[in-house]
Amino acid sequence: MIVSHLSLTDFRNYERADVALEPGPNLFVGSNGQGKTNLVEALGYLSTLGSHRVSSDQALIRQHQASAIIRARLEHGERGVLVEVQLNRSGANRAQVNRSAIKPRELPRYFSSVLFAPEDLALVRGEPGGRRRFLDELLVLLSPRLAGILADYDRVVRQRNTLLKSARSAGVKGSQLSTLEVWDERLIELGSQIVEARTALVSRLEPEVARAYESIAGGEHSAALENRLSVLSHSDAEEDAGDEPGLTGVVTAADAASAFRQSLERLRRTELDRAVTLVGPHRDDVVLRLNGMPARGFASHGESWSFALALKLASVAELRRDTTTGDPVLILDDVFAELDAARRERLAEAVASVEQVLITAAVHDDVPEALRANTVRISRGRIFEDRDERA
Amino acid sequence: MYEGIVQELIDEFGRLPGIGPKSAQRIAFHILQTESHDTTRLAELLTIVREKVRFCEICGNVTEHETCSICRDPRRSQATICVVEEAKDVVAIERTREFRGLYHVLGGAISPIDGVGPDDLRIRQLMQRLADGTVTEVIIATDPNLEGEATATYLSRLLHQPGLTVSRLASGLPVGGDLEYADEVTLGRAFEGRRLVEN
Repeated sequence: MIVSHLSLTDFRNYERADVALEPGPNLFVGSNGQGKTNLVEALGYLSTLGSHRVSSDQALIRQHQASAIIRARLEHGERGVLVEVQLNRSGANRAQVNRSAIKPRELPRYFSSVLFAPEDLALVRGEPGGRRRFLDELLVLLSPRLAGILADYDRVVRQRNTLLKSARSAGVKGSQLSTLEVWDERLIELGSQIVEARTALVSRLEPEVARAYESIAGGEHSAALENRLSVLSHSDAEEDAGDEPGLTGVVTAADAASAFRQSLERLRRTELDRAVTLVGPHRDDVVLRLNGMPARGFASHGESWSFALALKLASVAELRRDTTTGDPVLILDDVFAELDAARRERLAEAVASVEQVLITAAVHDDVPEALRANTVRISRGRIFEDRDERA
Repeated sequence: MYEGIVQELIDEFGRLPGIGPKSAQRIAFHILQTESHDTTRLAELLTIVREKVRFCEICGNVTEHETCSICRDPRRSQATICVVEEAKDVVAIERTREFRGLYHVLGGAISPIDGVGPDDLRIRQLMQRLADGTVTEVIIATDPNLEGEATATYLSRLLHQPGLTVSRLASGLPVGGDLEYADEVTLGRAFEGRRLVEN
């Protein structure tokens, strides 16, 4: 799918903006702080119902305004779809598709995008939580049913932790332990489904990541993914399991469930002491390896960038394989400045086959020639379209 | 902020479930502007409702007597008990006119976050009702959310005894709706709970 027209009203620093977009690469150029990222952030919002930069919608509404509107004309092959969302400072947000109201949470059915931004460097260098979120967001796009399972699982963990805490302070009483078993059962049932879904996703993603990394960095490098599952770990289930070998391949829900049950039994006493749930998907990680070494801690700055980028390109590939509405729109926010000339050229080649790519850059010359065909210049919240080479 | 008693009234309304500060203000001013006998009646009801209404000694439903009208009704089957979370669930099931057995109101669901454990629910009373063997079927009708499911699991373990059938309400698609409008989670659940077509 492609976005053929984006219009914003009172979004971030834009009072009003209209921009026509072309299939293939589109480049937004402007100095720092002019509103390039805001533009792609608006599109990201339509597919994820959130911003990659802030957790609250409030920051997206222009100062002193009551609401912001994001409106995008999409083309799913032959079919045109107009999607709109109004973000309100007070009250619920509203969404429309082809001028008829829908629930905002249904928007991602009409538009999908994959956004790569500087913040994504944390996928490689940051805590496991960021990597879990990356997998889970992709899982929900591929299989919406999992949204409910993930939310329920989080709630079970919270309920169970509270129970462990109150059992600790009240001394272990019989009746409280019997409800612990009830929560264990839910924890295992939901958790093992998540383990199966995540490991299945990782094994489908792995060859794509390897391919994407090779296409950016060249053939002599090999990128790989491994699951680190807390239910299978034999160390005392701390977040950082040291260098225990990870595992590849799919773990079925049934296998995960029995390992889960054993771990809970083994850790019962520790859990009661510490009053937290020590095993389960909320403690899992996926280890990124580069040439056999863990990328976190060993990869250079440029390599980390390339790895994070490879993860995003792999999710584009995965979504493409599964989609009925065409490719997701790929958004590359401020990526090129961080890569060397050779990697820039290879990245340009790697994204050439995606239906539409939106790129932001502060320096026009950082972006390879092949991606400059449709350049839009942005200055102080205003948009100047010029089809000229030089912005 | 309003002066003295008006603000106090608004604050009190604001404490009620589902009432935000704006609604609380609207209700308070509505009361200030209506005929005095209407508000007197309301005030009287508020005072006596706590005195008159109590909970049925058998099932925990709201009543003005020792036992509720359902428990007192001899036409109702004494062999089936439907377990619900709240008294308002009894009303909902009664509207169906399908169920002719008795009820048992738990008074909530197991939820450690809200500080509710099995001892805070009327589970002991339920076990007492089952002791003499008159009841042969228990239908667990707790809410189809996480806490309701956990309560159902807890109960079904406890109720595991010979001669007693225990069932759980089905969850899935709303009747009379369109499949296309069902959300993914509900539809996914309906798929899991699909059943064979008899022929």
